[in-house]
Amino acid sequence: MITVTHYIALSAILFLIGVVGVLIRRNAILIFMSVELMLNAANLAFVAFARHFDRLDGQIISFFVMTVAAAEVAVGLALIVTIFKTKHSIDVDEISSMKG
Amino acid sequence: MRYAQGAAQSLSKETDAVIIDVVPFIILASVAVLAAVAMVTSRNAVHAALFLVVNFSTIAIFYLVLNAPFLAMVQVAVYAGAIMVLFLFVIMLLGAERLEVTGRLAWQRPLALLLALALALMGGYLLVERFGTQPEPLKALANSSPQAVGDLLFDSYLFPFEVTSVLLLVAMIGAIVLTFDRKEERN
Repeated sequence: MITVTHYIALSAILFLIGVVGVLIRRNAILIFMSVELMLNAANLAFVAFARHFDRLDGQIISFFVMTVAAAEVAVGLALIVTIFKTKHSIDVDEISSMKG
Repeated sequence: MRYAQGAAQSLSKETDAVIIDVVPFIILASVAVLAAVAMVTSRNAVHAALFLVVNFSTIAIFYLVLNAPFLAMVQVAVYAGAIMVLFLFVIMLLGAERLEVTGRLAWQRPLALLLALALALMGGYLLVERFGTQPEPLKALANSSPQAVGDLLFDSYLFPFEVTSVLLLVAMIGAIVLTFDRKEERN
C-alpha cells in the first residue's frame, strides 16, 4: 500500500533533482525553473502530510507557497530581463561581480 | 478447494489493491521524475519549460489522489498555466533558448555533482532507515472540499491571506519598476 513515506521519497527525489539543476546549470532561467521544481517538491510533501494527519492546514500552507512562488516568478523574471538588457547574457557566471 | 478459492480471492483482492494503488503511483512518479531529469538536462530552454509543465501536471494529479482538488486546480491554472506562460514568454522575448556555457567557472560542475551525490546519499540513508516505521496506509480526508479549504483560509488563516495580497501588490509594483525604461533619467 502507498503510505506517506512513498510521497516523501518522491518529494525528496524531486527536490534533489531541483538542487542538482540549480548547482550545475548556468542559464539563469533554468536555475529559476529548478527552484520552482524544489518549491513543488516541498508542496507535495505538505499535501501528503495533510492527508496523513487528516488536517487541511498542510493544503493551506501549500496554497501560500504557490502564491509566494507566483510573486517570486514575477520579480525574478523582471530581474532577468533587466540583466539581459544591460549584459546581453543571462549566464550567471557573467554576473559574478556586483559592479554597476 | 474452498480454502484455495478463499486464498485466491484474498490474493486477487490484494492484487486489486496493488493495481489500484501502487501501479498508478509508480507510473505517475516515474513520469514526474523523468520529466524533472529531462528539464534539468535539456539543452533548449523551451524544452525545459515544457518538461516542467509535464512535471507540474503529474503533481496536480498527485494532489487529486491526495484529496486536494482545490490545490490540484490551482496547480494547473497558476503553475502549469500562468507561471509557465510567463517563463516561456521571457524565454522567447530574450531569445534565450540556447544561451549556455561560457565555461568560466566550469571547475565548479564536478564539485556540484559531488555535493548533490552527498545530499542524495544522506537523504537515501534517512529514507531507508525510516522506511516501514510508518506502515499505516493513507486514509481519505474527512472533508477536503474546496469549501472546507475556504472556511479554514478565511477563518484561522485570515491574516496570512491578507498579507498575501500585500505581497502580490509588492511583486507587481516591483516587476513594473524593474522593467521600467528610464530614458528621461539618462538624458
